[in-house]
Amino acid sequence: MTVDAIIEHCRAVVAEPLGAVAERWKAAHPGGRAVAVYPVWAPAEVIHAAGMLPLALLGGGTSVELTHADARFQSFVCSIAKSSLELGFQGLVRGVDGFVFSNICDVARNLASIYKRNFPEAFVEYLHLPQNSTSPAVVGYLQGELRRLADAFAQSFGLEVTDAALAKSIETYNTLRARLRALYRLRIEAPEKLSTVELYLALRAATLARPEDTLGWLGDLVAALPGRPTRRQDRMRVVLEGAFCEQPPLGLLEVLEEAGCYVVEDDLLLGWRWFTADVAADGDPFERLAAAYVNQAAPSSTRHEGRQHRSAGLIDKVRRSGADAVVFAPAKFCEPALFDYVLMKQGLERAGIPHLVVEFEEKMWTFERTRNEIETFVESMLFD
Amino acid sequence: MAEAVTERQYQGRVHQRSRQLMSAWMSELARAEAEGVPTGALMISGNCVELLRACHVLPMFPEVTALQNAIRKKSLPLILKAEQAGYSSDNCAYVKADIGLFLDGGMGPGKPIPFPTITVCNYVGCNVYVKWFEHLADVSGSRLFVLDTPFARTPEPTPGDVRYVVSQLEELITLCESVSGKKFDIDYLREILGHAARAEAGYARCKHLTRHRPAPFDAYFDSINMMGPINVLRGTREAAEFFDEAVAEFEELVTQGLGPLSEERFRTVVEGPPPYPYYKSFRNLFTRWGAVAVQSTYSTVGGIWEWGFRHDPQRPLESIAEQMLRENLTNRSITARYGQIKRYVEEWEADALVIHSIKSCRLFSAGQGDMRDYFTRELGVPTLLVESDLEDPRYYAEAQLRNRIDAFFEALEHKKLVGAGH
Repeated sequence: MTVDAIIEHCRAVVAEPLGAVAERWKAAHPGGRAVAVYPVWAPAEVIHAAGMLPLALLGGGTSVELTHADARFQSFVCSIAKSSLELGFQGLVRGVDGFVFSNICDVARNLASIYKRNFPEAFVEYLHLPQNSTSPAVVGYLQGELRRLADAFAQSFGLEVTDAALAKSIETYNTLRARLRALYRLRIEAPEKLSTVELYLALRAATLARPEDTLGWLGDLVAALPGRPTRRQDRMRVVLEGAFCEQPPLGLLEVLEEAGCYVVEDDLLLGWRWFTADVAADGDPFERLAAAYVNQAAPSSTRHEGRQHRSAGLIDKVRRSGADAVVFAPAKFCEPALFDYVLMKQGLERAGIPHLVVEFEEKMWTFERTRNEIETFVESMLFD
Repeated sequence: MAEAVTERQYQGRVHQRSRQLMSAWMSELARAEAEGVPTGALMISGNCVELLRACHVLPMFPEVTALQNAIRKKSLPLILKAEQAGYSSDNCAYVKADIGLFLDGGMGPGKPIPFPTITVCNYVGCNVYVKWFEHLADVSGSRLFVLDTPFARTPEPTPGDVRYVVSQLEELITLCESVSGKKFDIDYLREILGHAARAEAGYARCKHLTRHRPAPFDAYFDSINMMGPINVLRGTREAAEFFDEAVAEFEELVTQGLGPLSEERFRTVVEGPPPYPYYKSFRNLFTRWGAVAVQSTYSTVGGIWEWGFRHDPQRPLESIAEQMLRENLTNRSITARYGQIKRYVEEWEADALVIHSIKSCRLFSAGQGDMRDYFTRELGVPTLLVESDLEDPRYYAEAQLRNRIDAFFEALEHKKLVGAGH
């Protein structure tokens, strides 16, 4: 397949309602189950090892009008929480058997219980992911939490997660993440070969299929990209930071690049690329996965990392990708991103790295003001 | 129109004694640096204050500083200072007021609010706590210890949850020993937990007294007098004695048939924190209707004692862990809170639920529309939802609040009259 054909396939998959994706897969896999996970990270390996389809629950984007959920959540609550709930009210996740939430923020925590109350027939599980990265007890705790999730699958769906199956799933996801890392490396080397919208579509499509169904076309993409005929333009290289949960509209990502940037690093769909290296191959698979969460996780606003300053991971990302600046793109009302912005901004200023803030909402549809801000920022940098 | 309801302007021993105790603690804090006493910043929710006391680390509470600035109408300039520094208008205003205090020079070396020696984020429920304490540690340069408390997501904490928290408490003890230079003594902790359990029993007794008609105090607005001693001073002999006095005073009021208002017309359960910048104004909106809170969820952020849980000196670290994991409002799910409120409505015989939704605290607020839906549609409990903020005065719209509150109680009064056959 050509790069363009792969991207068009991804665009079509991403445009489908989540429930339709689940139903299609289940039709091809009679008796199969689908479980969707709310951002940022969830152990897709455990879902996969139970033989189920892991999916990303990422809100309704621009396609869903809120008719029920905004009576449940106030005006000062982020859009992804409301539109994810709305998907349930409008039957757009029919076909998805279960949902996994975690403690990424206070809204996500409440959303989990409210989902359960409003859709009692669905499997809803809440994971407490550790906010302590240094205690000797933390890996053991998380290992227990992952086993608890596996036990819940067994109890609700009659699907066992054996150690052997989980070990195999870890291996499969290691391969998937290696392909994704390869794509990110390619973009750093030659951002003109793969736009951020294209990379995002590929990544998002990978969250809507079992990895074994994804590895083929991802491999094709990695192989075909270096030969893609493109011409590098005079643009500023930026890191996009803060859009790790609510999904920015594609139009925003397009405008960012059209206005003069090459996005060379980002935290989009971070949970699906969570580990900075392969999860270890030997030993208890639950323990390995837990240890990787504690010691190999990408820096994230949703996870306390006691071993380094909030800005350290971002500055490292800027250096590693050869970026000239950072564009912060927090979703409106996203407290983890908005709080981290302050410490990150201070760190960037100490390091002499320019930055710009562009707030967004998933339903945003006009981007002219954003285009203007970005163009001004880019010009101020290029002609400095 | 019925006779106007007024406050009895009652300022009893509970109010006075609470102020004395809290002032003494603040003075101790202001002297700590000069006297070489290490301090530890803690969160109110489900805290492990007893452990810090046992380790000779004086606890300090950024939330208390923030609310005191709000109630004294000093919060807005601090919030604006923080916003100038990059904090969003959508960030929790408690945090902004606290950081603003630092930026304004009101916190730090040689100040009445010193920098903490250690910053102990007892992460119970609220994710913003983690951010807050990361920022506090950043500005103060103090050592940050995040005590990760797994959220209550199973009916009871798992044995793994308890082990995990106990392990971290042991690590905290080691950290405290390193800053205090004093060896931890488990028997001293047991003694402190004994005082704590006595205070908890007293607070629980006070809350049970509001089942009487009239309730002897307002379990929302007056509970603040007890929340300081129970959450900040728990584990001291003085706090235990304070609650002995409180029980005696409230029992006396029950005997005399006296409540906080000239007449108790409506009994409410209140959900959510109060608007501290307009505490009195907000209270007046309910007083004029003779509405008295007989229970509140905010009074249980630090611990839910009225259903029997007590710290156990025989199981010191385990019982601290259990309190952090289970026996406080903030580490429970919002739907578990529905259950808590339902019990309050039924057992305290409330006429209505009042939800005060605040923008700052999404842990409390996010989803309260669903809560209203549950109570009105599924349980038939008259429910009022109003919005403002606990710290930021810009979100308090008196006229709008008054309209909604008046309309609600008018309807409730009408319902009562019709129900009584008039």
